[in-house]
This record gives sequence, C-alpha cells and structure tokens, in this order.
Amino acid sequence: MPLWLDLLVRVVAVVVGFLVLPLLVGQAEHKVMAHMQGRLGPMYAGAYHGWAQLVADGVKFVQKEDITPRDADRGVFRLAPIVALFPYLLILLAIPLGPGGLVAQPLDIGLFFVLAVLGVGVLAVLMSAWASGNKYSLLGGLRGAAQLLGYELPLVLSAASVAMAAGTLSLPGIVEAWKPWWLLWQAPAAIIFFVAGLAEIRRPPFDMPIADSELVFGYMTEYTGLRFAFFLLAEYVGIIVIAALTTVLFLGGWHGPFATHLGWLWTLVKIFALSFVIIWFRVAYPRLREDQLQRLCWLVLVPVALAQLVLTAAVKLAM
Amino acid sequence: MSDDGERGTPGKGLVQGLAVTLKTMTKRSTTRQYPDVEPELPPRSRGVIALLEENCTVCMLCARECPDWCIYIDSHKEEVIVPGAARARQRNVLDRFDIDFSLCMYCGICIDVCPFDALHWTPEFEYAETDVLDLLHDKNRLGEWMRTVPPPPAHDVLGEPSKEEATASRKAAGPGAAKQAQANVRRPAATTAERPSRASQKPGEPAADSPQAPQGIDSDSPPPEPPK
Repeated sequence: MPLWLDLLVRVVAVVVGFLVLPLLVGQAEHKVMAHMQGRLGPMYAGAYHGWAQLVADGVKFVQKEDITPRDADRGVFRLAPIVALFPYLLILLAIPLGPGGLVAQPLDIGLFFVLAVLGVGVLAVLMSAWASGNKYSLLGGLRGAAQLLGYELPLVLSAASVAMAAGTLSLPGIVEAWKPWWLLWQAPAAIIFFVAGLAEIRRPPFDMPIADSELVFGYMTEYTGLRFAFFLLAEYVGIIVIAALTTVLFLGGWHGPFATHLGWLWTLVKIFALSFVIIWFRVAYPRLREDQLQRLCWLVLVPVALAQLVLTAAVKLAM
Repeated sequence: MSDDGERGTPGKGLVQGLAVTLKTMTKRSTTRQYPDVEPELPPRSRGVIALLEENCTVCMLCARECPDWCIYIDSHKEEVIVPGAARARQRNVLDRFDIDFSLCMYCGICIDVCPFDALHWTPEFEYAETDVLDLLHDKNRLGEWMRTVPPPPAHDVLGEPSKEEATASRKAAGPGAAKQAQANVRRPAATTAERPSRASQKPGEPAADSPQAPQGIDSDSPPPEPPK
C-alpha cells in the first residue's frame, strides 16, 4: 500500500469515527436518560424510535442564524468552537483500537501527547467566555478555568501511575503491558482518572461552568447555530475520548477473549460501557457546588492519586 | 466530601442514586403516546356534554342551574291535536339549545338536574378549536355527541331496587304478595343496563310488568295515570 493511500485510509477512518461515535453516544444519551427518568425520549425523527433525532438537530442547527454579539471579540469568538472540537480529533488519532498496530498514528509519547492536547480544552472555554462579552459567559468561563486546571492534576497523576506501571508512554505499549490484576492494583487511579476526566469534559455532575439554572448556559450562552452545535459535538466527542482513554489505560483496551481477531470490538464495547456510565452519572447525580467541586479535587483526588503513585512505585520496585 | 451532619457508610448515597436510576430504566416508561395511541379513560369521564333532543321538554332547569350561564335555550309552543281529546294540547318545541364550552366549567350540574335524561356526559374530549367562538356548540352538534355516550354502568346487583321498580312489582303481584315481590325486583336490575334506548325497553320480567317505563320521554304523551 503506498504511503498516501495508507495515510488517507487512516485519516478517513478517524474522521468517520469522530463523526459517528458521538452521534451514537448522543442518541444513547437521549434514550438512556429518558428511560432512567421513566420517559420514552425522542420517538418521531426517523420513524423508528427517533433514531434520526440528532441528524434532525444537526439540520436545525445549520439552518439557524449565526449571531456574533456586537460587543464580542469577533475573531476569538468565532474561533473558540473549533478550538474546543479540534483537540479531540487529534486525540482520536493516537488511541489504539486493536492489536497489531490498529491505530491511526502510533506515537512513542502517545500518553504525553494525549494529555497535552486534552489540556487545550481549557483554552477554548476561556476564549469563548472572554470573547462573548457577557457576564454569565465570563462567570462560567472562570469557573471552567478553575475546574479544568484543578482537575488536570489528578488526571495527569493517575495517568502517570499507569505509565509507570507499564514502563512506557506509548498507548499501544501500555495496553500490551496490561495484565488483568492491574484492575485491582490501578483501581484507585482508574477511578480518579475517570472522575477527573468527567470534570475535564464538564459533564454532570461537574457541569458547574455551564450550570444552566444559574448561568444561563455558561460560556456557551452567546453561541447559536453551527457554532453551538460544535460545542455540543465537542461534549459528545469528549465522552468518547474520556471513555476511550480510560479503556486504553486502565481496562486493558483490546484484551479479552479472541483478542487477536476481535480486539477492536472489545475496545469499542468497553468504550460504550464507559460512555453509558458517564450518561448514568448525569442522570443520577446532582451538580456539585463550586466549593464541593474544588474540595473533591484538592482534598480527595489529588492525595489519593499521589498515594497511588507511591503504591505503583513500591509494587514496581518489589517485582 | 459531603457537608451534611448525618454520615452513613461513605458512598452509600452515590450507589443508591445509581441503583434508583438503573431500576427505573428497566421498568416500563410511564409516557402515554397520546396522539398515536388513544388514552384509556376512566369510566364516567367528563369530556363533552351531549344532548338527546327528543328528551328535552324545555323545562329550562339546566339553563337556570348552570353556575356560569353557558346554556342558551329558545323555544316556542306548538299545538298538537290529539284525536279523541276534548281540546288540543300544547307542547314545547326546542328552537335553540347551545352550550358555550368556552364558559362551561364541566361541573355537570345541568346533567344532574335534567329530569328527563336529555343531557349526557361523553368521554369525547377532542373538540379544541382555533377560534374561541367555535366552542359554542349548537343543538345539532350537541346531538352528534350522543353517538359517543357510553352505556351506563349496570346496577349494583346487591343494591336496593329503585322506588319505582319496587312499587311497580308490588302492584303487579297484587295485594298480600309484598314478600315475594321483594325477591323478584332484584332481577330486572340487570336488564336496565341497556340504556340510553330506555324508551324502547320492553318490560320483559314478569314482576316488572307495569307502567314503569320512564316517564316524560315523549313529552307529548300524557303521563300515565297510576292505576287506582
């Protein structure tokens, strides 16, 4: 296979995944949330149980007027949704789907790259918040900045723990080194990574920056049409990304029965199971107050993550 | 993490929250898909009021008792020549019978006070209009609702017979048979379920064989004289 064709196939595959997986998660969220609340959810779009609801939403968003407020900083305001969405696309490039190099771009420092790009999210929040010229947006943006910077720490520490255990920063390398008993050994790190990841993508119960009951819609207040749809898409791709990273780092990625042939399926199954849990959390838990949110981060997650690092190092030395 | 004073097992509340939502997900949802699926209304639902014009004698009780005066009735008198009678009789003819459902509060007093069963509840409720003036239903429209009036529930077999039935059966059985008549009146209760075609009801039971047909159905026929 010539190089250009190889590249094309990989990029197209990632873009298709980038567009299809969030739709699946979004539809699952509609339906799961509805049934958890004793409702039915969308039933009309697409004739069969509303399967085309998100497509219809997309068409609606495209038709809406694209408004930039007069007091907004035009350039930054318009750039922010792209900045919110694009890092997730880059992360999907580095996530291994199955064994034998089934990854769009194998990177030796994959984990480092992924965490660095994930950190760009805070930039999009601040850009949209400041550029909107709206007090609700600004409040939401500052909350978001405080939250994202705070939760970055336990996220990175817990990821460092598993990297230390595997002895590599390469994501496929980590999955290959993974053993089932790591589930127990790395359990605190896994939980911390998942919770901090939830906070990173601003999903309930960590949606204080959006907090629609007090801040209208946080940093997204002034957005309409396609730009708002980009933010929503970013949220759903964020679910995929966090679920995929947790899968790859802590749940053994493609490991499972018949992994050599069905490895990709195992990865997808684990990703969707974690996405379900993310949706489940949203339905079950009320939003954390700002002080509770920071307290959870600094007084619970960070110390436990540090303790996990010590534990990992001790076990690693003892082996 | 929590600031509240009462502390149980840590994380118990979190697990309980997840359990509640998961349990709800496995149950059937309570959503009624109304426009696609007809709702199952309870018996005696109050949807709209139907008018059986033949039963109306223009006694005006309904219009007078209506708390918000939403019933409008016009009528005129007509002479009916009864062959063999000494003089012509008069009867009321209904010209107009409107109920304004934009005012009606569905108290059902008109139906309760109607002595001749001319007004009925029907469970039909889909008569919303885009213009409020169209909520004034005239007697033709009210008459059309009669098709949707459900049969009344059967009498309680264990309940006491109505006074009319008891008297009638006692009369039919003759003097001194009051004891037996009491036992018999229980049975015709079941046959009275076939309303609203009560005017055509045949007194099938031997015990109820007497002028117990409801009075006032045909307002032009003189009320039957109770036999002396």
